[in-house]
Amino acid sequence: MQYYLGSSCSNFLEIILMALLIIFTATPVYAEYGDVVLNNKAEKSGMRPVIFPHWFHRIRFKCKVCHTEIGFEMRAGANDIRMADIIDGKFCGKCHNNKIAWGPQNCHLCHSGLPGLKTGIRGGDSTGGPGKW
Amino acid sequence: MERPLIKQALILCVGLCFVWPALSAEADTTSRWLPLTQDDMHDPNGPGVQILQNPSEALREMPPDVVGNRVNWVRALDKGYINPRINLYSNTKSKVLDMDVLRQNTGEMNAVLFPHRQHTEWLDCTNCHEWLFKSKAGTTKFSMFDILKGEFCGRCHGAVAFPLTQCNRCHSVPQSAISSSGKAD
Repeated sequence: MQYYLGSSCSNFLEIILMALLIIFTATPVYAEYGDVVLNNKAEKSGMRPVIFPHWFHRIRFKCKVCHTEIGFEMRAGANDIRMADIIDGKFCGKCHNNKIAWGPQNCHLCHSGLPGLKTGIRGGDSTGGPGKW
Repeated sequence: MERPLIKQALILCVGLCFVWPALSAEADTTSRWLPLTQDDMHDPNGPGVQILQNPSEALREMPPDVVGNRVNWVRALDKGYINPRINLYSNTKSKVLDMDVLRQNTGEMNAVLFPHRQHTEWLDCTNCHEWLFKSKAGTTKFSMFDILKGEFCGRCHGAVAFPLTQCNRCHSVPQSAISSSGKAD
């Protein structure tokens, strides 16, 4: 191994290639690609974290419905969502109102995550790019 | 540059060690989509998890992909496998723009051909313009590092759209195929 490390110093390209292989290798995570954990407030309020599945919603709605008409920021955790707003018909409550989708009285269908999960976007093919180191 | 054979083999082996989990995961079609109770995300003892739809039920009939949800979402939409609702309010206008943008300033990589059509089928103009990308081609400065940090294209690619491991899906036009006028042949 010492031989390899020593001699590879002259081969800058190989070091870059190795680094890229490490960066781009998928780590085994079992969440479905695009799953979002929402836990800025949930557990502090005694509820399980919310798991938002993008795959489920994009079968039924185009991105623009939620990210334009409803106005969700395209950044996990950047939306200040409160249950009171949802009950008032904002954010998730635009659809989760017992008309388009199940209403907010079905707490455990959204608040279904394992305790301790951190807010953020998940999925098996994360590149682990510089922002995620 | 001549390299000893043993060193080449060593590099290959170390590289394979890193990519093997990804390769084997892609080959294993039976465990593509784990049940929600086994995904290390949902609480298997929670009262709601048994009622929720499992990904395999919805995704197994879709056009396949090797990454992400293992679904080619653009094809699924184009071929009518899914028919997602386009608006909540009938007066919300929806526009599909069929215009490609060629981004040549990509160093030694292939140039990037950005197809508006596939993007605007899903997204509204304002999801990207003008805050993330200026409408005038070439005026928005960004690099692959910005994208890897989750900015610009990385807002979606690497999060919900195909991941950044798929270099050639964006970097698709060889520099040699671009004439001096800046048009792809």
